[in-house]
Amino acid sequence: MTVQPVYWTHYIAICLFALGLLGFLIRKNSIIVLMCLELMLNAANLILVELSMKNGTPDGIILVIFVITVAAAEVAIGLGIVLNLYRIKGTVELDAFRSLQG
Amino acid sequence: MNGILGLMILLPLAGSILNGLILRTPFPKRAGVIGTLFAGGSFVCAVLLWVNLMSTHTPVAASTHWVDAGALHLDWAFRFDWLTAVMALVVTGIGTVIHLYSIGYMSEDRSPARFFAYLNLFLFNMLVLISSDSLPGLFVGWEGVGLCSYLLIGFWYEDVEKANAGIKAFIVNRIGDAGFLIGIFLCYHLFHTLTFPGMAESIAHLNGVSPWMLSATAFCLFVGATGKSAQIPLYVWLPDAMAGPTPVSALIHAATMVTSGVYLIIRTHFLFELTPDVGFIIAVVGGVTSLMAALIATSQNDIKKVLAYSTVSQLGLMFLALGCGAYVAALFHVITHAFFKACLFLGAGSVIHGLHGEQDMTHMGGLRKEMPVTFWTFTIATIAIAGIPPLAGFFSKDLILYSSLTGEYGWLLWGLGSVASLLTAFYMARLLALTFFGTYRGHAHAHESPSVMTIPLIILAVGSVFAGLLNMPESFHALPPILTDWLAPVIHPTGEHAMLLPEAAAMGIATAVAFLATGFGLWLYMAENRGTALASLLKPLRIVFANKFWIDEIYGFVFVKPFKQTSLFLARFFDPKIVDGLVLLPSRVCQVGATALSFLQIGSVQFYLLVMLLGGLMVFWFSIKGALI
Repeated sequence: MTVQPVYWTHYIAICLFALGLLGFLIRKNSIIVLMCLELMLNAANLILVELSMKNGTPDGIILVIFVITVAAAEVAIGLGIVLNLYRIKGTVELDAFRSLQG
Repeated sequence: MNGILGLMILLPLAGSILNGLILRTPFPKRAGVIGTLFAGGSFVCAVLLWVNLMSTHTPVAASTHWVDAGALHLDWAFRFDWLTAVMALVVTGIGTVIHLYSIGYMSEDRSPARFFAYLNLFLFNMLVLISSDSLPGLFVGWEGVGLCSYLLIGFWYEDVEKANAGIKAFIVNRIGDAGFLIGIFLCYHLFHTLTFPGMAESIAHLNGVSPWMLSATAFCLFVGATGKSAQIPLYVWLPDAMAGPTPVSALIHAATMVTSGVYLIIRTHFLFELTPDVGFIIAVVGGVTSLMAALIATSQNDIKKVLAYSTVSQLGLMFLALGCGAYVAALFHVITHAFFKACLFLGAGSVIHGLHGEQDMTHMGGLRKEMPVTFWTFTIATIAIAGIPPLAGFFSKDLILYSSLTGEYGWLLWGLGSVASLLTAFYMARLLALTFFGTYRGHAHAHESPSVMTIPLIILAVGSVFAGLLNMPESFHALPPILTDWLAPVIHPTGEHAMLLPEAAAMGIATAVAFLATGFGLWLYMAENRGTALASLLKPLRIVFANKFWIDEIYGFVFVKPFKQTSLFLARFFDPKIVDGLVLLPSRVCQVGATALSFLQIGSVQFYLLVMLLGGLMVFWFSIKGALI
């Protein structure tokens, strides 16, 4: 098995993903949390595009287009939820929403 | 003729449905006339079938499909043969007369439609019982009459005591029925068929069946009979059953239902003929029951209780005859007893009706002037039951006692029966004297009953006089033994036995005993003080008899109380703690586990995500661990 060369875009993707995950775990503002979610998604997209370019096949790029479309819909729903949360409690801080506990 | 057989059985059912479910009239007369008409129609059908049987000599049979399970094939089979004819005529004939009487007796009742519906339903079930051609069919009728007995004993259910008497009758009968059911199963095991002709045929070539098996089968059937026919040890329900209306006591608990045990044994006599050991048990049980019940009857003051114990005693005599193999004698006594005991009960009912519910004989006396018809019919029935010739009771009792005078224990059985007969004459004389002679000791204003009640009394009294002609002893050369000849196709006459006494001597002793005991009883209780003088003389004995040998108390202590205690233990401890505990254990485990683990659910989305991440990392780690090492 030959060792695959690692491109610089990989490092960017890893950094993006790590940033997204960290933000997701520690930030309290739900809009920021949603944004971190998008960051992680785009890290994955970046790797898909990069490997598709390298292999010279379009399938990864097509998949990315799908992911972006779905992500747009998902963000619309997510923002809708956030808006509703704001209406209920007057804040979008995640710590305010802990009523579902045992 | 099949149609008439169906009609005979179904007419009372139709009457029951019409009265109880459709019309539900609050007028006693209307309900009573409907009930009586349907019972009478059934009687007419029975007479037609009887005439037909006399002319054609072939029993009418009808059957339809019932159960088909594996090797078991059962039909709803009905057959009107010679034995059924006798029983059907007695049941429908006396049943109709008692229906007629009930119109008068229940004239002030609030729910007459219910009463006549039950009474008709009883007739239907009794007819199913006696005309079924197989044991399961008989059992259906058997249970049906038990149900009607329960319903009618507890007819006035507002009175807790009466309702309890009904329950007692039902439960005690269940014990006997358990034996009966086991007997049916054993019969099927032995014969592979449950129809009576089939069983009678296959018993002739039974090979390799142990005599123990046969005896067990016969004994189980006998246990069923002891329940229904009130023999030791299951007789305790019958005296309590007097809580029901008096016509019910006359019809169900004297004339018909309680004789179905006798009928069962006669019907399956081919089995009992092969098991003389069981026969001996039956004879002893019958004799002892007869004696014990007669002793108790001498010390009861409730007019119906005396008659109830008298019924137990007479049934004991019938079983004595059955045990000795004298099936015709037993059936003969069933017939004569049906007449005079129904007459006695209806007479007692007339007295109770005339005295507005008074049942205590110590508050009666001198009623012969106020109630002449009741008095004369009651007297005739008393003479009949006491066994004074030439009335019906003399012939049937004499035949039973004479039949018992054979075999190794003949003297013992004959002695038991004779002493019971002596006591019967005595307590009936006491009953007659206390009720109708002397001076009136009560307060209610006595009056004679209406003719709708006295006509049945007269019919039954006439029957009590002449029923004996059905089976005169051959030595009289007056009439042939009609009943024996009639039943010859069903009960083959057995050969001559060596008798311990000549027939004339046995008859003479029985007659002398009957006369003496009746005379002594009348002499003792006609005067005001003689009876009480004797009672104080025999005080310890009297206490034992008046308390019925404490049998109810003994049963209460030995069976009922432990049963109740066990039930209470099961209800208060075992069921809520152990059974429910086992059922609830899984749910408790889940509850405790869920409470313990619920601290993990803190409501923070980001905490969940962290846990998810850690979980993912662990999955990742375990999946690549192998590749790394």
